[in-house]
Amino acid sequence: MALTPPVRRLKSRPVTFIFELPTEKLTEFWDGLEKGKVYASKCKKCGQITFPPAADCSGCFNSGPEWVDIQGEGEIETFTHIVIRPASFQSHPTYTVAVVKMNTGVKVLAWLTGAKLSDVKVGAKVKLAAVQSEEGPSYGFTLIE
Amino acid sequence: MNLPELGFEAAKPAFEDANLTSNDIDFLSVGTAGGWYEEFLPAVVVSEYLGLSGKGLVRCEAACASGSAAVATASNMITSGHADIAMAVGIEKMTEIDVLTAVELIGRAGYYTWEFHNFGMTFPGYYALSATQHMKKFGTTEQQLAEVAVKNHKYGSMNPNAHLQNVIKVDDVLSSRMVAWPLKLYDCCPMSDGAAALILASEEKAKSLTDSPIWIESIGISSDTANVSKRSEYTSLRASVIASEKAFKKANVGPDQIDVADVHDCFTIAELLAYEDLGFCKKGEAGKMIDEGQTEIGGKIPVNVDGGLKAKGHPIGATGVSMIVGLTRQLRHQGGKTQAPIKHGIALAHNVGGTGHYCYVTVLRS
Repeated sequence: MALTPPVRRLKSRPVTFIFELPTEKLTEFWDGLEKGKVYASKCKKCGQITFPPAADCSGCFNSGPEWVDIQGEGEIETFTHIVIRPASFQSHPTYTVAVVKMNTGVKVLAWLTGAKLSDVKVGAKVKLAAVQSEEGPSYGFTLIE
Repeated sequence: MNLPELGFEAAKPAFEDANLTSNDIDFLSVGTAGGWYEEFLPAVVVSEYLGLSGKGLVRCEAACASGSAAVATASNMITSGHADIAMAVGIEKMTEIDVLTAVELIGRAGYYTWEFHNFGMTFPGYYALSATQHMKKFGTTEQQLAEVAVKNHKYGSMNPNAHLQNVIKVDDVLSSRMVAWPLKLYDCCPMSDGAAALILASEEKAKSLTDSPIWIESIGISSDTANVSKRSEYTSLRASVIASEKAFKKANVGPDQIDVADVHDCFTIAELLAYEDLGFCKKGEAGKMIDEGQTEIGGKIPVNVDGGLKAKGHPIGATGVSMIVGLTRQLRHQGGKTQAPIKHGIALAHNVGGTGHYCYVTVLRS
């Protein structure tokens, strides 16, 4: 059987994007993570609580919210273990992402760490806390024993 | 084959089928998500290659529903009187970059700031959130998910244009490598290059061009939050429910009158969600529906008889246009080995963008 000759491919000129994300409207949130707080925004006019936080209320369009710490306990609504990871997450082993309904009613999507995979179940109780890592401020869950 | 050459491959048979040339087209809409191939203004490149420079032109983006957005835009150009004849091309080249970079770019399409930057969500990961909750709430099994892949590969094997034409068994799916628990490799559609093209005409023009036009009865469009954490639940895509309600109402039909459907099976769980969200079965009974073969040819409502995204492939922007191409062939009784029985002359295309960020439901009638 004849071999197919290799297809010539032109390599594009390379380009690297690193976006610089503005955070000045959510300074309290990002500073808060470094101080061990996980803040949701709460509209001063209509009281809507938003997480992830927003400087502007999508309910009544009022700007300049107050900040409420949502750390505490919640329950897993659903989860997955991400085995095939994106290019920029190759240095991380398989990670678990959970969507959790906090006891306060706010929902949060974040990593669940430190758990045996077989212990992660819908309905399991977890705790949310601010997390410091080499990659910057974040937040995450741990299972409550 | 590069981007415009791929567009040409789809457009040429559309022109031949309609017995028209570029000169007859008033407007071109190009559906593509883009960002992973070299051209930054893909619609212009495709338009030039098809000899359409000078005509009305727009590029449509609605993530994985970009093709449906292009069809809706072309249709609206005609119904608003801006064009008599319009063309919609859906196109994507996903294989010019490495797979993990593609996984990265698709993952970023969830919500970069809140769900990717710190948490590395992937699209299999998002749909896995739905699978996990559906399995917990309704007892849906990994075997039932696998049955969707088996069905769609079976039909893909009969579609000469399908990316994956291999027949598979449930065990092949269950033993394939884990991607995002509980979804395995064969629960996921492949990364594909592809294009599809349609020519749309006003009622008057269509009647002069053909004795057997296929009509767009209605297009229902909806959307949902970028953050999945802001959604109330994961066993349903709210955008699918709302878009299909709008489409059914405007076309004055119900799910029982659909002869054949293409639904958005980017992952096996997505097809099961669609059965329920579109009203093909009751909430929680999609697993039973696939078990009973109700969505095969000969069942209650044949679904994805072109192989679906799962086997035909899911070149992002091409998918929505390709659905209408396949269903048009079905309504014209040109379905070949995978022709579904046509009783009411009504077909439905369900095209989801992102994680349910967008949904377009299109009802066709012969």
